[in-house]
Amino acid sequence: MSVDAKIATSEVEPAPKLVTLTIDGTEVSVPEGTLIIRAAEMVGTNIPRFCDHPLLDPIGACRQCMVEIPDAGNGRGFPKPQASCTMPVAQGMKVNTQVSSPVAEKAQRGMLEFLLINHPLDCPICDKGGECPLQNQSLSHGAGESRFGMAKRTFPKPINISAQILLDRERCVLCARCTRFSDEISGDPFIALVERGALQQVGFYEDDPYDSYFSGNVVQICPVGALTSAAYRFQSRPFDLVSTTTTCEHCAAGCELRTDHRHHQVKRRLAGEDPEVNEEWSCDKGRFGFMYGRGEDRITRPLVRRDGVLQPASWPEAIDAAVDGLRAAGSAVGVQTGGRLTVENAYAYSRFARAVLGTNNIDFRSRPHSAEEAEFIAARVAGRSLAESVTNLDLEKADHVVLVAFEPEDESPLVFLRLRKANRKNGLKVTTLAPFSSRGSDKLNAELLQVAPGGEAAALDSLELDSGAVILVGERAGVLPGLLTAVAAKADASGARLAWIPRRAGDMGAIEAGCLPNLLPAGRPLDDAAARVDVSSAWGGTPISAEPGLSAVEQFAAAASGDLKALILAGVDPADLADPAAALAGLEGADFVVSIEQRQSAVTERANVVFPAALVEEQAGHFINWEHRERPVALVNRANRTPMTDLRIIAALGDALGSELGFRTPADAFADLTELGTWEGARPSGPKVADGGVPEGHVVSSWRELLDASSGNDYELALRATARPAVVRVSPATAAQLGLGDVASVSVGDAKVELAVMVTNSMADNVVWVPANPGVGSGDRLPAVVGSPVTVQAVNAEEGVQA
Amino acid sequence: MTDTATNPGVDVLTPVLSEHWGTENSWKLSRYETTGGYRALRRALDMQPADVISLVKEANLRGRGGAGFPTGMKWSFVPQDNPNPKYLVVNADESEPGTCKDMPLMMASPHTLVEGVIISAFAINAHTAFIYCRGEVLHIIRRLQQAVREAYAAGYLGKNILGTGYDLDIIVHAGAGAYICGEETALLDSLEGRRGQPRLRPPFPAVAGLYASPTVVNNVESIASVPSIIANGAAWFQAMGTEKSKGFTLYSLSGHVKHPGQFEAPLGITLRELIELGGGVREGHELKFFTPGGSSTPILTAESLDIPLDYEGMAGAGSMLGTKALQVFDETTSVVRTTLRWVEFYKHESCGKCTPCREGTWWLVQLLMRFEAGTAEEGDIEKMLDACDNIGGRSFCALADGAVAATTSAVKHFRHEFEQGYHTPAWELFPYEKSAVFATDGAAR
Amino acid sequence: MSGHFVSDFPDSGAVDYSDQSSNIDETTISELRELAGRYPQARSALLPMLHLVQSVDGRVSPRGIEVCADVLGISTAQVSGVATFYTMYKRRPAGKHHVGVCTTALCAVMGGDMLLDRAKKRLGIDEGQTTADGQVSLERLECNAACDFAPVVMVNWEYFDNMTPETTDALLDALMSDQEVSSPRGATLTSWRAAERVLAGFPDGRADEGPSAGPASLVGLELARENDWRAPDPDNLPKPATKDEEAK
Repeated sequence: MSVDAKIATSEVEPAPKLVTLTIDGTEVSVPEGTLIIRAAEMVGTNIPRFCDHPLLDPIGACRQCMVEIPDAGNGRGFPKPQASCTMPVAQGMKVNTQVSSPVAEKAQRGMLEFLLINHPLDCPICDKGGECPLQNQSLSHGAGESRFGMAKRTFPKPINISAQILLDRERCVLCARCTRFSDEISGDPFIALVERGALQQVGFYEDDPYDSYFSGNVVQICPVGALTSAAYRFQSRPFDLVSTTTTCEHCAAGCELRTDHRHHQVKRRLAGEDPEVNEEWSCDKGRFGFMYGRGEDRITRPLVRRDGVLQPASWPEAIDAAVDGLRAAGSAVGVQTGGRLTVENAYAYSRFARAVLGTNNIDFRSRPHSAEEAEFIAARVAGRSLAESVTNLDLEKADHVVLVAFEPEDESPLVFLRLRKANRKNGLKVTTLAPFSSRGSDKLNAELLQVAPGGEAAALDSLELDSGAVILVGERAGVLPGLLTAVAAKADASGARLAWIPRRAGDMGAIEAGCLPNLLPAGRPLDDAAARVDVSSAWGGTPISAEPGLSAVEQFAAAASGDLKALILAGVDPADLADPAAALAGLEGADFVVSIEQRQSAVTERANVVFPAALVEEQAGHFINWEHRERPVALVNRANRTPMTDLRIIAALGDALGSELGFRTPADAFADLTELGTWEGARPSGPKVADGGVPEGHVVSSWRELLDASSGNDYELALRATARPAVVRVSPATAAQLGLGDVASVSVGDAKVELAVMVTNSMADNVVWVPANPGVGSGDRLPAVVGSPVTVQAVNAEEGVQA
Repeated sequence: MTDTATNPGVDVLTPVLSEHWGTENSWKLSRYETTGGYRALRRALDMQPADVISLVKEANLRGRGGAGFPTGMKWSFVPQDNPNPKYLVVNADESEPGTCKDMPLMMASPHTLVEGVIISAFAINAHTAFIYCRGEVLHIIRRLQQAVREAYAAGYLGKNILGTGYDLDIIVHAGAGAYICGEETALLDSLEGRRGQPRLRPPFPAVAGLYASPTVVNNVESIASVPSIIANGAAWFQAMGTEKSKGFTLYSLSGHVKHPGQFEAPLGITLRELIELGGGVREGHELKFFTPGGSSTPILTAESLDIPLDYEGMAGAGSMLGTKALQVFDETTSVVRTTLRWVEFYKHESCGKCTPCREGTWWLVQLLMRFEAGTAEEGDIEKMLDACDNIGGRSFCALADGAVAATTSAVKHFRHEFEQGYHTPAWELFPYEKSAVFATDGAAR
Repeated sequence: MSGHFVSDFPDSGAVDYSDQSSNIDETTISELRELAGRYPQARSALLPMLHLVQSVDGRVSPRGIEVCADVLGISTAQVSGVATFYTMYKRRPAGKHHVGVCTTALCAVMGGDMLLDRAKKRLGIDEGQTTADGQVSLERLECNAACDFAPVVMVNWEYFDNMTPETTDALLDALMSDQEVSSPRGATLTSWRAAERVLAGFPDGRADEGPSAGPASLVGLELARENDWRAPDPDNLPKPATKDEEAK
């Protein structure tokens, strides 16, 4: 490469070189390297295909897309038709598709006939019927009658390749989309082509089922009905479904979904297509985790505690009861909003707390958290626009991505897919600061910088980073003293870009809405007088208290001690906090608890008034994803069982308290927040907390795995059956030191759980990794706060413990 | 016969590769060295690699594995500025029905191949070479393993070969039963420990082959021919053969001839000459049809007996030279039965990757079984030919083209036998025991 | 009358999970690792490794799949995909001696079909089966690159050439009664498992047994000797034909 070329490529992104060719007599110019099949789309010709998928490597297996190429651009043509899905265009090439070439048309017709000779005639009972590319092709191009009439290939059908995914080998056209997806995209090659020739089939190994976090994608990309999901099987015909484009409510990736409902019941969800967010993929939690509102525990009517018992009440009764309790509490109220609200709902709570209740006691963090984290968020996260933020596309173009207290496959699966793509296609270097090399890290070919919890700051400091690097820090970093301080300092010193990736869909929206004790909406720092004036004037002049509010943990403590009189909680599970007992004590100690919830919970059990809130599928609004990208949530289900959204409930409470909220629809709320505008003033400098280092003794490392017994996955049994088995991981040396066998008992504080032991070679000594998920092992749910001291003891198998 | 029509001045048979096959212990290094073995290697190592390539190019050695691509040109496609290691892979997966030349070569004289490998690897600057041999031939693999061990011990392999500073390792690799692995990209996938399914081209192996590195894949006979070219020169090699098909080659004669076997001759000999050398068609019978180069080459009949068996001659006759494997069938043979068995072979060996091959051979076998059983229906010939038309040239690799070639050439030459399949079983028309070699003259041939 | 067309495949797609037995021990595992270490990239050793598994377990056992996956760091599904692709890998235990009869077109026509029928009757088993005493298993082979010796039979991947019904019977009888048998173009037979070990890359020291070539391989050479035919003398090449002459 010449020096000039170097300058050119480093300074400007070169415009793609265009190649001009003729397709069916129409001239078209497309970027160099474009495959013929996609160039043909540019002139409006859809060449039929089965194996081709734009996000998978070309394979040329199904041979359906044959075209005639009388001139390859060099004056010579191909004597036989060619597969258009594997051949790039060339300058001056002439292509004749089925539109203009009888040869191509016959080749395609012949291929369809071959695909059908062994295909069963079970369209009437096939889930794919009605949206099946093979069926569509056969109807539009196929012969009315088969010339075959001999013995078809038969297999037992269907077989479970996982609890969720079923395979009907007779229907399979062996396009290898599923196996290529698993191998190339998700890195879970637990399905593979097996056997050969006419017996070739998709297969798996019996003891290692296709338990991939991304398994549902193979059902979606299967061009026939060979792969179906236990969840959707026989649930509906595609033409009876109503489709709505919306956003997933589970994690901070903000994936676009196509949600299909019939008779006002969601039947399935498919990955939507958004190249900048989720491309065409989704994780299984997003795809299958939509049943949580279907159980008996759904709250459909307001409840008011009378004589110690929660009893159904009318809306006016419940609102009156809530107003009485809140009036009595004055501004001694704490508000906790959880991580699952749309930005509109979160904004309602934020304005309600500040302008109606007159308090800054508001926190969305229903998980372990710290003051350092709140300061970091105010300084480094809040009030950013998409343009200022690290994006998915930035990750794809980065030279080096450093993962700090962040396990993307579990904590943000689509970020994981993006990193894997970048590693595979662009050679992205990934470094993970973690106690061991996880399966996800292995699939990213990530370099492990082995650290025990607390060792991250020092390790990060040792890395050579520059402006081509991106540091991705997870929400777990917030509980390791000094780590977020160090991350910010490293980014500043090295020029590396920095992104904080929370876990839940509502987290970033809650931050923008100002659901933190130190933060007003749109990134305005509470301790900045100008910011308070800004917000106050936007909110009709109501003064904003300068007094910093209480965090969630502080609220529970203050409620327990009597300093806070009332709590308003929305979507908070005390078990998710670092000290669940303290949270429950706060709920017990508060004079008055208002719970705004979808389902019965530990909070509703202790509430004085419970308001039923609408599900995400029952309302419109927005999430803001980790990139600060607005993600629209559409109303899917109009026949909602609980028409009141959080926002409507809060607005009603405001009205009843004599202080209007200022909006009562999502659109108005969004406009109100948007009108507030960006914060032009100074941002806080951020936390200055000393590095806590690695604690002595055995310490917990933990994160929450994607699939678990959490309530978001409730009532979707097949999904939960594909979760990873819960284990406690220790290094070989630690296992030997502790004399661990197959099973160990793990204790954190008073909680104790028995788990299968997995001795992990790459694990740091003295670190004990346990999943932070509910419902693992036998025993209590561990308050698995990263870095806390832990005791591990061998369990004698003879005691009859379940391994 | 002192020379052939196409090779004036050159003897009918020109044993080079096979010259020492009959000698005792011919497979041992000590024996190989006494007949001039490894002298070509010393000469080659004194040359520049590029000069070795030029010499092989000049000789116009063409691939002996079927496709006939010029070997030297293949070597020159290896990008020497590519930073990855270069690899040489010998295709010893000989599996094409009718083809049986590489196996005796490697059994009787494995060092001819090993010497060729070292010279060829040196020419393309490879430091690791593989001999991918089909797995079902235990004794040949034993001899290859031993030859490589002997070559290491003698300093022909390993570090600093013969003090020249050139390093090379050879790995003898046994396959596990898959005809498709004779296709070079399928072979590479197989050698990477995968299912042997062909890869997309481009990229071609010369640019991104084994481990995505520049790789040359050559047939056993091609590589084994290299030492003699180095030793005797390009002009010597060019003195044999026809205008565009130079040199000597191993012709394999099998089937209904008196003395089937290997015949090493200059390219361009005719089948009439070969059958004569093989003692003629078996006693009391006459030639019905033959394949010129394995079952993937369209069958020909007696009218093609005098066409030179070289690349151009066979292409001109509507067939291919292929692997120069001549399978001769006499008049007792049912064409329908033979075609069915070939197509069954392709169905069995189809890798399954692409639709027309996987499904098409499944269909053809069932159709051909009806012809054999005499239960085919009027119109089945046209249906079968149309199915062939939809397979041929549409599949991912050339495997299915072999099934199509067998079928369409059989119908072309013997349509009436297929028409008889509308009513009469082939075994009634051609009692199968009459075709068996032991049916007429017992165990002794 | 090829007669081996089937269209229903209830058991296809995997090795036999119902038989979890295995003889794979630490020695085998270290040999598997050794094989993986012989190649620039470990996965290249998978085919030899599966041969070694067969030499130990008499088939590709579930344990063998799992160990190969573990040694190479690939998924069991990927190993299974390879193990089920190649015909030399057996799902059920082969006999002490594994017999294959070539029935591809030329061998079939020359008598291979009859030999296979004969072998089935003699052994009392069908193709793909093993005799009750575990001594002999039988399969139909595709072309084994010995067409000039047709019809051919293979035992433990050793050639038995120019077979007739009588010689086939004698061979099978000898195998069934455990008599010593030598391949006319190979070594004295040991067992199929021992053969698989050689294919895996662990030589058995028998390379020097047997002849340099079978009779058919030498037919042309002997003719050349008789007639004093040879390749041109490089120092005295025949006058090359001119283009004009060749064009005629």
